[in-house]
Amino acid sequence: MKNNVNREIPDKILNEYHYEDFQSTDFLNPVIQRVAPKVTAQAGPSKVVDSIKQVVHDTVKDGMTISFHHHFREGDDVFNRVMREIIDAGYQNLTLAPSSLTNVMNDIVVEAIQKKTVTNITSSGMRGSLGDAVSHGALKNPVIFRSHGNRARAIEAGDIKIDVAFLGVPNADEMGNANGMNGAAAFGSLGYALMDAQYANQLVLITDDLRPYPNTPASIKQTQVDYVVKVDKVGDPDKIGSGATRFTKDPKELKIAKMVNDVITHSAYFKDGFSFQTGSGGAALAVTRFLRQAMIDNQVKASFALGGITKPTVDLLNEGLVDKVMDVQDFDKGAASSMKSSPNQQEIDASWYADPANKGAMVDKLDVAILSALEIDTDFNVNVMSGSDGVIRGAIGGHQDAAMANLTIISAPLVRGRIATIVPKVTTVITPGDSIDVVVTELGIAINPKRQDLIGQLDKVPGLPVLTIDELQQKAEKLVGTPKPLEFTDRVVALAEYRDGTLIDVIKEVKD
Amino acid sequence: MASDERLRRTMMFVPGNNPGLIKDAGIFGVDSIMFDLEDAVNMNEKDAARYLVYEALQTYDYNGAELVVRINGLDTPFYENDIKAMVKAGIDVIRLPKTESADMIHELENLVEEAEKEFGRKVGSTHLMAAIESAMGVVNAYQIASASDRMIGIALSAEDYTTDMKTHRYPDGQELLYARNVILHAARAAKIAAFDTVFTDLDDEEGLVRETKLIHQLGFDGKSIINPRQVAPVNAVFTPTEKEIFNAQNVMAAIEEAKRKGSGVIAMNGQMVDRPVVLRAERVMKLAKANNLVDAEGNYLEK
Amino acid sequence: MQIKQTAMAGTLESSDIQIMLSQGEKGITFDLTSDVKKQFGDAIKKTIQDVLASYQIDDVMVKVVDKGALTPVIKARAITVVQRAMDQKDQPNWEVL
Repeated sequence: MKNNVNREIPDKILNEYHYEDFQSTDFLNPVIQRVAPKVTAQAGPSKVVDSIKQVVHDTVKDGMTISFHHHFREGDDVFNRVMREIIDAGYQNLTLAPSSLTNVMNDIVVEAIQKKTVTNITSSGMRGSLGDAVSHGALKNPVIFRSHGNRARAIEAGDIKIDVAFLGVPNADEMGNANGMNGAAAFGSLGYALMDAQYANQLVLITDDLRPYPNTPASIKQTQVDYVVKVDKVGDPDKIGSGATRFTKDPKELKIAKMVNDVITHSAYFKDGFSFQTGSGGAALAVTRFLRQAMIDNQVKASFALGGITKPTVDLLNEGLVDKVMDVQDFDKGAASSMKSSPNQQEIDASWYADPANKGAMVDKLDVAILSALEIDTDFNVNVMSGSDGVIRGAIGGHQDAAMANLTIISAPLVRGRIATIVPKVTTVITPGDSIDVVVTELGIAINPKRQDLIGQLDKVPGLPVLTIDELQQKAEKLVGTPKPLEFTDRVVALAEYRDGTLIDVIKEVKD
Repeated sequence: MASDERLRRTMMFVPGNNPGLIKDAGIFGVDSIMFDLEDAVNMNEKDAARYLVYEALQTYDYNGAELVVRINGLDTPFYENDIKAMVKAGIDVIRLPKTESADMIHELENLVEEAEKEFGRKVGSTHLMAAIESAMGVVNAYQIASASDRMIGIALSAEDYTTDMKTHRYPDGQELLYARNVILHAARAAKIAAFDTVFTDLDDEEGLVRETKLIHQLGFDGKSIINPRQVAPVNAVFTPTEKEIFNAQNVMAAIEEAKRKGSGVIAMNGQMVDRPVVLRAERVMKLAKANNLVDAEGNYLEK
Repeated sequence: MQIKQTAMAGTLESSDIQIMLSQGEKGITFDLTSDVKKQFGDAIKKTIQDVLASYQIDDVMVKVVDKGALTPVIKARAITVVQRAMDQKDQPNWEVL
């Protein structure tokens, strides 16, 4: 059947995996029964164990669901160490449920798939050799992609039941009190990992910095922790986040950033007390810089900045242009290291940040979100998951969640090389067009026709050409030509959930 | 006539053999785009750049920018083929480097006319401009500027010029003062545009603004630039002040009033408005529009 | 017709395409490398074939490394490489442009 974003979802998939098809971006007000973890009581003086090997032996069994966080990003040492022990011990049929998978994790996951150690995966995304392997059918069961908010929802609802969570932390005491902001491998907010800490049946902390008891501030608390493993190194601090934040010098990125800023500042949302989420990447940082100047010029201050945080956003906090930074993860060292000394940089968990099945998530209070895209179609649907060749190389991240903002802006070049960004139909729908308000390219902007109010606010801004999304698509196609359609087999290799847990799209095996 | 003259605040150099830069040159709001077949292109790639610029001109949309190509010099084997290819492509303006005499312009003009006839383009439709890069060029500036009806401008090219003058470039620009003034006078006397030289240090925005302010004060139409990042700072210097715009709006209103009354005399606050005042007001309004300070009807936009 | 000499045009920069022609005897053969081969492989070949046809070249080996070039770039590089391979670098074929 076709769902509400016009994607063909095989009935077999809906039935076999017990899915509802995507209907609407409105979550409404259902009553939800959450699950609770099993707790193994203990009162000993210390939870420190000798080795990962030992703790794996004590906790993991065939068929279990194991989880990790991705806060160390490309500097992660914990995931590979734990997975090595698990593969070598010969476990089978595990479900891997990390908050996301970064490139340093790819090769060992591919190995775990080949050896049948891992037979199910749920993640925010995947790239590189792993995305390639999955797109070519390496995994028997389809991967389930969930946004950060949806992962929190799925954990709370019991859709993801974590048997053992292995969480790397840059510091902990012998009982498991830990935070993300101190130590050699500090990464700032533990936002995504806090879900695992709260809901896993067994929680293993892995740290290279054992501190005197009691270790504070404690983001993860001893009441949640079963084991603490001391290792020599949990991560490479140089690869955890980019070091010094570099503003883009690319003229096209700067031009797009300037236009994004014009959209924000000419919208009705740009007023004292507004809130925003900008994300990472060169263009996003440039937007933050333009926005800073606009806030100074117009004497406008923001009540909060949300989501993944960068140094330029922390600078706004320190300058008094932003009252609070609500921080679910930190993209660079500057943002990570400022958390401990800045009471207004609040660590938030993924549920607080973005979970729809909640008594209130911050994304629902968000005015402006600036998001990126691999593809946008003429219905404003966005793909951040499959590449132009149909191969999985992306992550939902907070895309579907932050798109709940009052003004959701997609910032993207019209074409990348010979690949059009604005297309008649995206390869994979991740974020429905209903939640997208404005698309900004270097050649002009397109406003979702259902936002007549925004059209009124933006259609006479000098230097900001307003086109229809179809006109942008045609301009792109005129430049690059008409691509030959990608070929896929009938086999489904991944399921893309919407943030409410319904099925928004499926990804099929590529045909080469 | 000032009102027919196009704005030429920025003329951006685009290396003629770089597909990425050529494709995107139209998105930055520069007034003139100058594709370079000369110094930016390696000796062995002259043919490649010529075809690349040719094909680009057939295909890409440059959003109404004036399209200029700097061809290789008269003394090179590429000169004639460059002219033919660019005329066939329908380029707006051919820029001749290292121009030293009116004869060089005459020779160029003859070849352009031949090419226009050969490729079925309207005779006279290809405009010309000259780059002045030597003492001789400066001395002959007016003859060069007035050598042909096709001429739309002359430009100072300071790197070669300062070498010829046995000096180099200094931050205060004293070494260019004479050349700038001569070129400007030649251009104004011939009623064509005057372009200043490039500012090469991309990271020194302050220096770019300082130099642009100087040439703006002297009266140049605009500046040659080497990167889109230089567009905004240069345009900012050429932006009229709020007071200048209000004054210009009053002049325009007075003109309307005179038209309505069928009067040949334009009066404002009881005084007659001279023609130079009208011309200046027209130029201010055009700059204000280009800088998005007034809307299409000339109404001031609150920032 | 065959080409006179092996020739190359274009670079490996992003948005460019490098085309090499060498002598062949059995028609036009392609060796194409491109990140967008799935979607645009045929279109790239067609653009180059059209240029070869306009020079009446029917026996040649074409090695292409594409870096996301758009059609005008492919056409310009193809014209350049053919002119070079025909040893006519300095005598443009105005009919083909």
